[in-house]
Amino acid sequence: MNRGGRNEGMFHPRMLLKVILPLGLIAGWEIIAILLNNEFILPRLESVFAVLLSPTADILGYGNLITNAFTSLERVILGFLIAAGLAIPLGISMARSGSVHDLFDSTMQLLRPIPPLAWVPLALAWFKIGLASMVFIIALGAFFPILLNTLDGVKSVKRNWIESAEILGANQRQVMLKVVLPGAAPTIWTGLRVGFGIAWMCVVAAEMMPGTNSGLGYLIMSSYNWGQVQVIIAGMIVIGLIGIGFDYLFKVIDRRSFSWRELER
Amino acid sequence: MTLTLEHLSKQFVKNGDEPVEALVDITMEVRDGEFICILGPSGCGKTTLLRIIAGLDHPTSGSVRIDGSVIDRPNRKLGMIFQDYSLYPWRTVNENIAFGLELQGIVEEERDAIVRKYLALTGLSEFGTSYPFELSGGMRQRIAVVRALAVDPKVLLMDEPFGALDAQTRNKLQYDLLDIWGKTKKTILFVTHSVDEAVFLADRIMVLTPRPGHICDVIPVDHPHPRDRTGVKFAQIRRHVLDLISQPKCSLS
Repeated sequence: MNRGGRNEGMFHPRMLLKVILPLGLIAGWEIIAILLNNEFILPRLESVFAVLLSPTADILGYGNLITNAFTSLERVILGFLIAAGLAIPLGISMARSGSVHDLFDSTMQLLRPIPPLAWVPLALAWFKIGLASMVFIIALGAFFPILLNTLDGVKSVKRNWIESAEILGANQRQVMLKVVLPGAAPTIWTGLRVGFGIAWMCVVAAEMMPGTNSGLGYLIMSSYNWGQVQVIIAGMIVIGLIGIGFDYLFKVIDRRSFSWRELER
Repeated sequence: MTLTLEHLSKQFVKNGDEPVEALVDITMEVRDGEFICILGPSGCGKTTLLRIIAGLDHPTSGSVRIDGSVIDRPNRKLGMIFQDYSLYPWRTVNENIAFGLELQGIVEEERDAIVRKYLALTGLSEFGTSYPFELSGGMRQRIAVVRALAVDPKVLLMDEPFGALDAQTRNKLQYDLLDIWGKTKKTILFVTHSVDEAVFLADRIMVLTPRPGHICDVIPVDHPHPRDRTGVKFAQIRRHVLDLISQPKCSLS
């Protein structure tokens, strides 16, 4: 399918526009790095690439890029799954039942504007240093976008769809599994995508909490203490790339599975 | 099959306000295999009446009975086709038609056979693997009819099903519906606000007054199908219906 009508594979002026700024930034970085000549402020490109190109090399005894990235990913997936496991059922219940909505809505509205990072001191007080605190922060970050999108998604399920199913003999369980969930799925998926993005941002921050001893956030914070700016930047690039990668994955599945949402008028 | 409407009335109560009467004392006996059009102006409670018959709404008083038993919730003997497209956009045409069979736990092979049979009835067999958004409005409504038929209801309830279609498509679908009606011998209750549509389709036309809706007349249309819209007889019946519905008792509440 090529509905956009773009002539792919051919040179296109918009492609140039897209790469011109990143290339300029990199060139500017290298020029400033040479002029400054101070690797503790801005290292040369090559030293950052050297870190990126040997991802299995141990860095200052803190482990290598890949194992630290996987540690962060494990934490983020754990927190994300907990958030999804709570937010999706709660969102469905709130959308389907007025009393459940009224019971939870005010509390959710109150908690939602508090940034996950503001919970760090409480998390440390409650769960001490370690996995539980980090997962708590991550789950908090992912929870609200998933909840709000689930609510929206379930509310967007047309009454016609539900009543047609009831007339065709569906019981409540079948209405839920065969109409409400598939009908809300594209919007819930959007919530999961946004939630995962926020969870990924939270894990890096959570790993900067005192007492952590692994993960990408920990790696770049420790590198700062040793003045290893090239590792900091390399770590940031890895964080960015993993974020882009997952976002892309979510989008691909969205296009494959939920294209009906855009095409349905 | 016998379908009886016994003194159906419906009031809507909006928080604290005076109750609004939507339907008053609707009584009718529908014969097996009959095509009834429910004709009335917008807001007369036609849709409410159909929803009550379907078991989706409850009457304030009175009852609907099919084969003697009271309808108080959706019942598989009664199928319904809505005005707005109600097909599931994430399912193909085949999967939409199979939906009701799937709910009953009918095995896939048997489902496929039933789907093919009913899809052939509408001449849309080649669109089985298409998605609803790939079809025109008229095709979607035909699929909606097929989906309702697939579970073999006794009665089809149709709520202005062709209301959103252009005139040409509408005419075509009216012919198709009569064809399906002839082949399947279903009883049909069809809501419309078009005199022309009612005269073209119905055995009997139930005329409702403006809100609160009550039956002001039941007009038999004794004229064989297919009816010629441009014929003298059609024009006479149409004139007769128009005269009747412009009587004071039908135009005033």
